[in-house]
Amino acid sequence: MYIIIVGGGDLGLSLAKFLLEEKHELVVVEKDPARFARLSEELGEAVIFGDGAELGTLLDMGANRADVLVAVTGTDQDNLVICQLAKLIYLIPRTIAKINDPKNEELFSSLGVDATVSGTKLIASLIEEKIDAGMTIPILAFKEGGVEIFKSELSQDSSLVNRKISKLKLPDECNIIAVLRGNQVIIPRGDTVFREGDEIFVLIRKEKKEAFKRLFLEAV
Amino acid sequence: MSSGSIGKVVILGCSKVGAMLATWLSQEGSDVVVIDSQDSSFARLPKGGQIKRIIGIGLEYDTLKRAGLESADVFLALTNSDNINIAAAELAQHKFKVPKVACRVYGPQRAKAFEELGLNIICPTVMVAEKFQEFLKTK
Repeated sequence: MYIIIVGGGDLGLSLAKFLLEEKHELVVVEKDPARFARLSEELGEAVIFGDGAELGTLLDMGANRADVLVAVTGTDQDNLVICQLAKLIYLIPRTIAKINDPKNEELFSSLGVDATVSGTKLIASLIEEKIDAGMTIPILAFKEGGVEIFKSELSQDSSLVNRKISKLKLPDECNIIAVLRGNQVIIPRGDTVFREGDEIFVLIRKEKKEAFKRLFLEAV
Repeated sequence: MSSGSIGKVVILGCSKVGAMLATWLSQEGSDVVVIDSQDSSFARLPKGGQIKRIIGIGLEYDTLKRAGLESADVFLALTNSDNINIAAAELAQHKFKVPKVACRVYGPQRAKAFEELGLNIICPTVMVAEKFQEFLKTK
């Protein structure tokens, strides 16, 4: 796979090193001369000097044959514009952007950026997870409809423990799609009874997630 | 709303053009809010006017919301950064649903690309070049 990484900050550099070890072909572009010099020492010819938000630079990097473009500069506006140009002009199939302001996430995906990574959100969610009894880990978010799959391990405080699915009043627009018990995956049916330590996988509309956590995962 | 007013206008970037437009629009009776990341930029605005000033970084949802973008009739992105202008205009157009949105983009290729994506773009580079071309044609 041919991958373009725009932005040679710590994230861009680590990502490049990791992907090179995985034998991908890639190039990193960095516009700060001092950073570029440092990157060259580590990455050799896999880094070029230039502004990745410039169309000419992208073309020089072989944007029209790239499979993936990752925009990890320091600012949301640059990452958004770069991903949009990559898609629109060079038809790069997959674009990924780093986001600082989590409120931009929806905008980015509505404008065609295929995937977004928000460090802010990730750290915030880890902090919240430490505090919450009912900790949920996002597994998959659907770009289109504000729907996600998360998993959560049932603690002894969960009101689901020792209850049958058919007796639950689940909120609208949510489904428990799988239960992991030890090494066994259970596809739940009406008569499935939950146990402490079960890991449940829930498909849910995002607005309903808080209600679900309150009702079933946190200590009453 | 007085006769010349075009309603509520939010301008991002108290650049020379931003400040000039803000002054004109405010004089015509529009309700004007200007956002800039540096307090010193507001020195370009007339003293004691009706123009509301907000300090905030460019592409930040909360800043735009604080400036009242949800109820704005017009949004103009006039910072000195093409990418901030483009991204903010997209935010205003797609998320805040502002009826009239335009932004300044210096780079001609970029201007063309984002025009294709449905943004109203004013590209000073092209405009100035055309003016010079016109001048050269006159005898």
